Amino acid sequence: MEMPKKNLLSAQLDLKKFEKATDEEKRQADVMSESTTFFKDGMRKLMKNPLAVGSIIVLILVVLMITVVPAFVPYSYEEIISVNGVRDSSAKNLAPFEYSTLEQQYIAEGGKIFPHIMGTDELCRDYFIRVVYGTRVSLFVGLFASIVVLVIGVLYGAVSGYAGGKIDLIMMRIVDIIYSLPDLLVIILLSVVFRETLDLSGIPVIGSLGSNMVSLFLVFGLLYWVGMARLVRAEILSIKENEYVLAAKSIGAKPGHIIKKHILPNCISVIIIATALQIPSAIFTESYLSFLGLGVALPMPSLGSLANSARQAMSSNALKLVFPATMICLIVLAFNLLGDGLRDAFDPKLRK
Amino acid sequence: MAKYVIKRVILAIVSILIICAITFFAMNAIPGGPFNSEKAQSAAVKAVLEARFHLDQPVWKQFLIYMGNISHGDFGVSLKTGRDIWQTISESFAVSAHIGLIAMVLALVCGVILGSLAALFRNKFPDRLIVFLATLATAVPSFVLASLLLLVFCIKLKLIPVWSSYNPNYILPVISLSLYPMAYITRLTKTSMLDVLGQDYVRTARAKGVPIVGVIFKHALRNALIPVITYVGPMTASILTGSLVVETIFTIGGLGSKFVDSITNRDYTMIMGTTIFLAVLMVVVNLLSDLVYKLVDPRIKFE
Repeated sequence: MEMPKKNLLSAQLDLKKFEKATDEEKRQADVMSESTTFFKDGMRKLMKNPLAVGSIIVLILVVLMITVVPAFVPYSYEEIISVNGVRDSSAKNLAPFEYSTLEQQYIAEGGKIFPHIMGTDELCRDYFIRVVYGTRVSLFVGLFASIVVLVIGVLYGAVSGYAGGKIDLIMMRIVDIIYSLPDLLVIILLSVVFRETLDLSGIPVIGSLGSNMVSLFLVFGLLYWVGMARLVRAEILSIKENEYVLAAKSIGAKPGHIIKKHILPNCISVIIIATALQIPSAIFTESYLSFLGLGVALPMPSLGSLANSARQAMSSNALKLVFPATMICLIVLAFNLLGDGLRDAFDPKLRK
Repeated sequence: MAKYVIKRVILAIVSILIICAITFFAMNAIPGGPFNSEKAQSAAVKAVLEARFHLDQPVWKQFLIYMGNISHGDFGVSLKTGRDIWQTISESFAVSAHIGLIAMVLALVCGVILGSLAALFRNKFPDRLIVFLATLATAVPSFVLASLLLLVFCIKLKLIPVWSSYNPNYILPVISLSLYPMAYITRLTKTSMLDVLGQDYVRTARAKGVPIVGVIFKHALRNALIPVITYVGPMTASILTGSLVVETIFTIGGLGSKFVDSITNRDYTMIMGTTIFLAVLMVVVNLLSDLVYKLVDPRIKFE
């Protein structure tokens, strides 16, 4: 149908705009790719990063090792090796897969003995299981300390950033002061004091770790959260200017609800990355303190204290040092690479 | 500027005071006074001794007296050796400072060179190798490195003699102290160098025919190095705390090993003196490096 020529100023409708869409035009509206969420997209990027995937695999293997292996190995970390119920004092400082004379006799008589995969230490304890337990302790310390930092840092930073004004100023001055304290010195100092004053032998898990570990957690709780708090505050300062926060406020949402539902989910990636990078630093600190003799209580091993006791007999038994040292480096490296990978995949500032 | 400097100086003074307070009150919380262990003393002797060291005063007054004393370098005497603490600190710190400064210079020079190389050869083999090594190096604690170096070079290969005060050999302690900061500086320099190399003035310099080496040294490096200045403070802290274990491992009689000894010997006055000394040092270096950073970079605005 031929349309009459339209006057430029007339309000007459253009009928062409009301024709049915052709099939080709309809296809343009088809969704070609599946819709993706922020999390899915980040995970896809993470899985494409070979270093991050490698470190995830390493960490899974380590976690499997510390959970499964103690069930298979018939020794415990403080058990002095005995053969057939007789204490075996010849099983001192054995090399990997070596048997003591008593054990060789027992094997010759047809008995079965689980091999000492990493040998034994100077007190006739199986070294492999000590390294496994040491890894367990170090990882536990790293995770727990990071959780402490995470909770305190996020709460403090969220309140400070959301409140703003005078409250923010005072809270940030406190952060500045804590930030300038030399953390390791304070940890050493408090470890010394707590070793003398605290008696925790009655408390189940913490008691066996000893007062030094409690002081480590305490100091992490007192000092290390400031980095996290600064990060969260800066993030919240920019997020709270968004329109959706204003909208939530205008319909009467309470501050706690806004922080929980609208602001924290938006800075979750920054928090995850910072936590992942906190774990290796906590493991580093723990092994450092254990190395100075301020770590977990004896006879509980940690990777740092194993390395320290191995160092004293280093010339005769170098492998004893190499095993825990490799373990520390492996775990720290894996967490560092994973943290970097998470940052590349999830940090909104690095996304295109 | 003046406002910023004053603010930072006040902050530094407050944190030094807090450190002193934590140290003093923490040490006082430990049960048993210094004269309890002494064999059968009469009450009168004990009272005289306590009055001599002001132990009969309330704790806050003792704190003020202690602060007054340390302000002119009187840290008291060691509970174990009876030697003057300030003298011990200043003697042993000379050794630590010697090693620490060499380590710092090594870390700065090698870190900057490696970082610049990595930025120049971006995404090529040298870059990948340097980044790989730097990542690896940040995962090795200084005590592990020091023990392994000692094991390999002193004990197994016997290439380098074990440290002694007659025959000091700085190579191994310096390497163990500087590897971590070196790796960190490498990464830092690479990032800021890449940033600078993308700037217009670098392209202009290249376009007018300045050779690449000239561009790096004359134009790029001096701007790329600015972020490295802020790392000098944390690097000092890292080297000082690293020296605690490294000096113990190599049995160097520096401040670090004295500190560790005092912890194992429970020599509380020595722990206190050393902690305060090291803390003040770290806070001051941190303050200086931040101030220099602000001075050097005109782009940074003061709050």
